[in-house]
Amino acid sequence: MMNPENYLILAAILFVIGALGVMLRRNALIAFLCVELMLNACNLAFVAGSHITGTLDGQTTAFFVMVVAAAEVVVGLAIIVSIYKTRRSTSVDDANLLKL
Amino acid sequence: MILLETIAEPVAATGMFTWAWTMIAVPAVVAGLLLVAGKLSDAWGHLLATAAVFWSFAIAVCLFAEQLLAPATERAVSANLYTWFTVGQWDFQVGLLVDQLSILFAMLITGVGGLIHVYSIGYMSHDPRRRRFFAYLNLFIAAMLLLVLADNYLVLFVGWEGVGLASYLLISFWQHRPAAAAAGTKAFVMNRVGDLGMLMAISTMLAMFGSSKFTEVNAGAAGTEPMWATLIGLFLLLGACGKSAQVPLQAWLLDAMEGPTPVSALIHAATMVTAGVYLVVRSHALFEAAPIAQLAVVIVATVTLLAGAWIGTSQDDIKKVLAGSTMSQIGYMMLAAGIGPAGYAFAIFHLITHGFFKANMFLGAGSVMHGMNDDVNMRHYGGLSKAMKVTFLTFAMGYLAIIGFPFFSGYFSKDHIIEAAFADNTFIGICALIGAGITAFYMTRLMLMTFFGEERWLPGVHPHESPKVMTIPLIVLAVFSVGIGAVMNFWIQTWLEPALGIHAHELSLVPTPVGWMTMAVVALGVVAAWLVFGRSSIPVVAPATNNPVTLAGRNVLFGDQVNDFLFVTPAVALASAVDTTDAKGIDTAVDGLGRAFLGLSTQLRRLQTGYARSYALTMVVGVLLVGAVLILNLVG
Repeated sequence: MMNPENYLILAAILFVIGALGVMLRRNALIAFLCVELMLNACNLAFVAGSHITGTLDGQTTAFFVMVVAAAEVVVGLAIIVSIYKTRRSTSVDDANLLKL
Repeated sequence: MILLETIAEPVAATGMFTWAWTMIAVPAVVAGLLLVAGKLSDAWGHLLATAAVFWSFAIAVCLFAEQLLAPATERAVSANLYTWFTVGQWDFQVGLLVDQLSILFAMLITGVGGLIHVYSIGYMSHDPRRRRFFAYLNLFIAAMLLLVLADNYLVLFVGWEGVGLASYLLISFWQHRPAAAAAGTKAFVMNRVGDLGMLMAISTMLAMFGSSKFTEVNAGAAGTEPMWATLIGLFLLLGACGKSAQVPLQAWLLDAMEGPTPVSALIHAATMVTAGVYLVVRSHALFEAAPIAQLAVVIVATVTLLAGAWIGTSQDDIKKVLAGSTMSQIGYMMLAAGIGPAGYAFAIFHLITHGFFKANMFLGAGSVMHGMNDDVNMRHYGGLSKAMKVTFLTFAMGYLAIIGFPFFSGYFSKDHIIEAAFADNTFIGICALIGAGITAFYMTRLMLMTFFGEERWLPGVHPHESPKVMTIPLIVLAVFSVGIGAVMNFWIQTWLEPALGIHAHELSLVPTPVGWMTMAVVALGVVAAWLVFGRSSIPVVAPATNNPVTLAGRNVLFGDQVNDFLFVTPAVALASAVDTTDAKGIDTAVDGLGRAFLGLSTQLRRLQTGYARSYALTMVVGVLLVGAVLILNLVG
């Protein structure tokens, strides 16, 4: 059996990759995938935690996160598609009207 | 107090007295009607207005007759009309008090007022706004009757303000003349000062007695602390000074002569300006409980009676001479009212005789102006006794009455006051005596300059007698000027006894030593005036002079300058200081605050870039910070 802390380290690495991706990439789809990566990194951490403590709380929470991720995909992809339809671009920097 | 026991409580209104309220209501309604109906009522408005006043006069005479027939203790009648409003423990009723005092006023106001309405039909016949003039006159009559018939100070105050409004509207009736508009404003503003005193007096009464009813205030006055009684007395005196043009609030009366002459006769001679005397006499119990306030009344009155006479001697405008004379005569009335129980009846007596003879002379002056193309300068008159016989003769009756020629009305009323003044204090008596001499001097001067001597008429002026509608009121008033004094002389004290708690004094037709002295002083005044103005011709332009006495008189004792120096200049300075503080201080602070936030928000705005990446970065930094704090807490 591997040391369960390794899962947590992997989850942290995946989360940082996801966060950096959100901040650095301009393609909306990539940024969106990075958000998914962060969510799943969290899931991994929850499940690992569940394994460490020997309870089911972490696994239950992981299901909730999956549901949220599924809903987010539906809304997020719809927004990206509609932005692409109007602007012919999926760069997040082009959708910068949200300022004074 | 023994005196108070003699005051009979008013009985409830029955019969004719239940109609008393129509005296006020009819002129008020007609005034409103004429103002609302506009040009529709141009043709008959003046007739309706005159009829309304005669209605009130008829009611007043009927009430007076009923009072004469009733026993002395049942003459005062009070009629409660309705509850005005209730606040806390105070219950304000609108009620009328028709007693021996107020009925005399009601008859004077409606009687003289009615005659002046008739006169005005002729005097204002060429004025395109005659209907409006009559509406205002009726408004005045209604307000003045409310003032004298009210049974408490608060309702009296409503009438008090009403006559102030009517006075303002009528003084500035010819509003296209800047002088008239300014005079109206001046009268209004100066009256406000007096009204402040009235309000303070009424508030103090409510605090002290829990009511502003005359009966309750008079009953409570004797038991109140002298300090409060004095305070109320002084506040009332301030109110009286404003309305009755007493020093120091006298400056508006001479300017008020800018109004049409019937207004000067009705409001600024016969009725409204005497409201202050009515107020003091009505509040007699308060003044009796406050000797200091009484003394203040006497001092103010004595100063005013001399100041008014002084002004009268040096003005060239016929109406302003009469206005100065009015001030002076009201000073006599106030003096009598301030002396105490010995003088009340004489104050009212002189008020009534003065109401008749002064209205007579003002209307006479109006008749002269009517014939002289509205010129008011007496230096342009002269020799008018031949051109206007009726005006001259009626004016002469008024003249003889005011100087106190034996057995004319002023002889009775003014001599009593001078005697009462001597009985009170020799110095005050001497002042009153000197005032009588000066009165004789300036009135003789007016007569000589107007009706005698050579004709100094301006080119193109053709003096003529006024129409009958103007001369008949003059004749009626002249008859009263001659006779009213003799008729009322022995009767007035007994009549007012129950209302004012006074004891009648013995009067005799044979002059007392003071009476002889008065006659001598009056004769001296007449002779002096004849020596100065009767023998030599009068220059058409007022001669330049360095005589300080004349200069002060011509400038109305520098009343305006004193007011300017004491009040207007400091007030203007204060206003401009406030203005500067507002513009420079407060505005700068408020604008600065706004500008500071504007600058701050301009800086903060930059945070909103619109790039999703930077928002994400902010979020991550925030999460890291929160995480760091949590970890530090865990470690610590």
